[in-house]
Amino acid sequence: MKQYLNTVTSEWFNKRVMGAILCVVVAFSILFMRLFYLQIIKGEEFLRLSENNSIRLESIVAPRGLIFDAEGNLLVDNRPSFDLRIIPRNAKPLEQTLKKLARYTNIPEEDMMEEIRACNGMSSYKPVLLKQDIGRDAMAAIEVHRFDLPGVVMNIRPVRHYINGQHAAHLIGYLGEINAKELQRGAFEGCKSGDFIGRFGVEKTYEDLLRGKRGGRQVEVDVRGQVVKALRTVSAIPGRNLYLSLDYALQKKVEELLQDRVGAVVAMDPMTGYTLVMASSPTFDQNAFVSGMTRKEWKVLTSNPEYPMTNRVIQAEYPPASTYKIVTAIAGLEEGAIDSKTTHYCPGYYGMGNRVFRCWKRGGHGDVNVVRAIAESCDVFFYKVGEEVGVDKLAFYARMCGLGARTGINLENEGRGLIPTSEWKKKRIGESWQKGETLNVSIGQGFNLTTPLQMLVLTAAIANNGTLYQPQIVRRLETADGIEVKNIEPKVTGNLTLNPQTMDIVKKGLWEAVNTKKGTARGIKLDAYPISGKTGTAQLVTTKEPKRGETEKNDSLFNQNLPHAWFVAYAPSEAPRIAVAIIVEHGEHGSTAAAPIAKEVIKMYMEKQEEKKWLADAGDGKDMPE
Amino acid sequence: MGFDRRLVQYFDWGLMLLVIVLGAIGLVALYSAVTAGADIAQKILFTKQLIWYGAGLAAMVFFFLFSYKSLEKWADIIYGGCVFLLVVVLLFGKVTGGSQRWLLVGPISVQPSEIAKVAVIIILARYYSKYANERGFSFRGLINPIILTAIPFVLIVKQPDLGTAMVILLIAATMTLFVKIERRTLIYILSFGILSGPMVWYFLKGYQKQRILTFLNPDRDPLGAGYHIIQSKIGIGSGYISGRGFLKGTQNALSFLPEQHTDFIFSVLAEEWGFMGASVLLLMFLFFIVWGLNIAANCRDNFGTILAVGITTLIMWQVLINIGMVMGLMPVVGVTLPFISYGGSSIVTMMICAGILLNISMRRFQFEK
Repeated sequence: MKQYLNTVTSEWFNKRVMGAILCVVVAFSILFMRLFYLQIIKGEEFLRLSENNSIRLESIVAPRGLIFDAEGNLLVDNRPSFDLRIIPRNAKPLEQTLKKLARYTNIPEEDMMEEIRACNGMSSYKPVLLKQDIGRDAMAAIEVHRFDLPGVVMNIRPVRHYINGQHAAHLIGYLGEINAKELQRGAFEGCKSGDFIGRFGVEKTYEDLLRGKRGGRQVEVDVRGQVVKALRTVSAIPGRNLYLSLDYALQKKVEELLQDRVGAVVAMDPMTGYTLVMASSPTFDQNAFVSGMTRKEWKVLTSNPEYPMTNRVIQAEYPPASTYKIVTAIAGLEEGAIDSKTTHYCPGYYGMGNRVFRCWKRGGHGDVNVVRAIAESCDVFFYKVGEEVGVDKLAFYARMCGLGARTGINLENEGRGLIPTSEWKKKRIGESWQKGETLNVSIGQGFNLTTPLQMLVLTAAIANNGTLYQPQIVRRLETADGIEVKNIEPKVTGNLTLNPQTMDIVKKGLWEAVNTKKGTARGIKLDAYPISGKTGTAQLVTTKEPKRGETEKNDSLFNQNLPHAWFVAYAPSEAPRIAVAIIVEHGEHGSTAAAPIAKEVIKMYMEKQEEKKWLADAGDGKDMPE
Repeated sequence: MGFDRRLVQYFDWGLMLLVIVLGAIGLVALYSAVTAGADIAQKILFTKQLIWYGAGLAAMVFFFLFSYKSLEKWADIIYGGCVFLLVVVLLFGKVTGGSQRWLLVGPISVQPSEIAKVAVIIILARYYSKYANERGFSFRGLINPIILTAIPFVLIVKQPDLGTAMVILLIAATMTLFVKIERRTLIYILSFGILSGPMVWYFLKGYQKQRILTFLNPDRDPLGAGYHIIQSKIGIGSGYISGRGFLKGTQNALSFLPEQHTDFIFSVLAEEWGFMGASVLLLMFLFFIVWGLNIAANCRDNFGTILAVGITTLIMWQVLINIGMVMGLMPVVGVTLPFISYGGSSIVTMMICAGILLNISMRRFQFEK
């Protein structure tokens, strides 16, 4: 009943429709008034503005963050690149303008015409890029004749400048122009076509922080396209400055030592994981990428058989060779296969079934215990240990030492390496594991593969009594005004859970390798800073035979048959400050090709630390009241 | 039941003519927008739009062939289907420019949020026609419509497509005001809104506040929305009294306008046809809306009346928001200009709206006493 009484009628609705129509008319009146205002009252003004297309948007490029080394030495900054553009429609008469431009800049007139034609814009309002980075002199000449050159626009754009050319190129990396796909994906916030983004190294992994944020301004321009006034401006925010953990002086020294050789050197503070040196040879010139690289240049670089674009420290995987005996020793001691007193007799070979496995020392080592076996790198001793422990337990300890997995360094394309197990072989190759292969694995040959960085992390863990650190390449990030935004703390990725005796025995072996008369690395003994280390000589399974007709005179082919030289070390032995891993491809012997580099690095670093300490003490002394 | 000859007799030829003329104006403006620019690839858009118009006309005819009373019966299914599509678009939709609005169906992409507007109108019309009374709706009576509006609203905000979400909210609010709210309830709702505003603001994150402030005042973003509005205003203003002539607009030709074929098509039109052209278009829209409301008034069936009001409201809000935006009166949101802007889903939806209005208009005799 109540429902019925309240039911609405069409007449009731009619009244409300009338109200609605009234509202609509009012709303439309406002639109009409606005239209009248814009088109009739302000029309003339807008017409003028539109005739010159005079309100433009200019973007303000954000300078990319600078890169320093740990001591604040500037490694990478930005320099201005003067880019020459022309607005064809404003540049009337075009031919004459181009002729003049050609005279001032030495850019052939035909080339410029080509660019304009390629952009399909003989009468376009869109600026056409004539040439990037025309240089300061050409820029000055154009500025002087500005009024003679209608439609010519000069853009100043900061570009990357790698102050020290090729040094630490793999670590720092380089930039490349953003491509259409990346733009569409929108992963690089605020990027426009023509922008450069990090393509390699730290430039790539820290791209988001280094890039900064583009600003811009609305400007009013006159008929010639010259800015009359800026209407509104949003300033750019420069990218973050980045402080590497790298010691540039040390890096430079290392790269000199590596010159003309193929290999890698990496060093870190074993107590924190901060990387001090990261060098890969051969290297490349990052400045060649700054203004874009031609297809030909790129091809030359990438088809080089020595792969200069590979960061060998993290990307190259080598058999660890005798440096792996650290792992075998740990496995043997922890599994009870040996103890500090166990001796094995080495006659220079080890027979298993009908196969003979040789020790590198033909005459044999005689009776050796584990410490001597490490120091003198006795293969037979470790064959026996490996045989007893077995491949799967060896793999367990290798993994505990961080091998076979990425270290987690903040760089792209890090290699994983390979630590074989019987299951892995079954799955991968489809065959069951052979006992003889265990012997090869236990001296770091066979299927084993590690990167220099993995070996470094392991060596550092021995040095610091068992902590695996993630290698860090950046110490901190700051704003352009020097306000710290991020401090990168050491990060522990694992621990060697070992008996204290095991660690002591391994350390003793490493110490003796350098500091006793029979040690494999005795040649690099330093009295001031005792070094502990392990050499390695990685036999190459597939050696390339020189082709018929070629003699051994052909150096590079001859060299390809030589084994790779390894050396891992830390110093000073008692209170380590630096750990190093070195590989020299086809360097033949770890003791002669790799170890001397370690010595130089350690010596230089330690002397520098000493000097710093001395200076700091002297500074303290000055403040002391007499 | 045989064919009722009165269906032809009462057919609303005027409205149909209006729709066709608006469509033609849209095509002319679009032609200019896509040919004058430097980007040749855009020319295909004109052909595409022609095809969409064809599809739209078919949809329009389809929607006046059966009685709109069926829409009342099918309201739940239409609404449910739209909500389902909105969920699907959130899960599997194509991501473009940071938002997920499109569903790929073979070679074409459709925007479910467009048709969701109509679904909300239909379901609200059914609810309100059932419970409308002269005292107006109390808060209890509004719970249902609030939920029915909130579900698609939230799903569309999630995409995010703030423009369309806002339009849905405005349509629902307008329809609700049309069927009347109890005075006391209205006061409560208004005061709640006024009080809760600052509370919500307080809990928003910094960047969210920035986004809302920029939304309300494009001048805060001189490199983005603010710049677009300036260029749009220059475009409209430079049209002056008689316009610069077909295909002669320079703002348009230089691609100074963003989205010149979709959201900013009115600037192209106003630049080329001037105050005379632009006012004719405005008048035609006004005429359309008044016509739609007149259909609502002439309908003797509550569902039909409220449905017609809802449909007309949809067109009204899109016209007000779009033209208001390009003239710098409204926030910058992606809302299309009905019948004019480029876009398949938008055109087809608008033609369906026109079909429903024609439907209600030609069947007005059926409920006469």
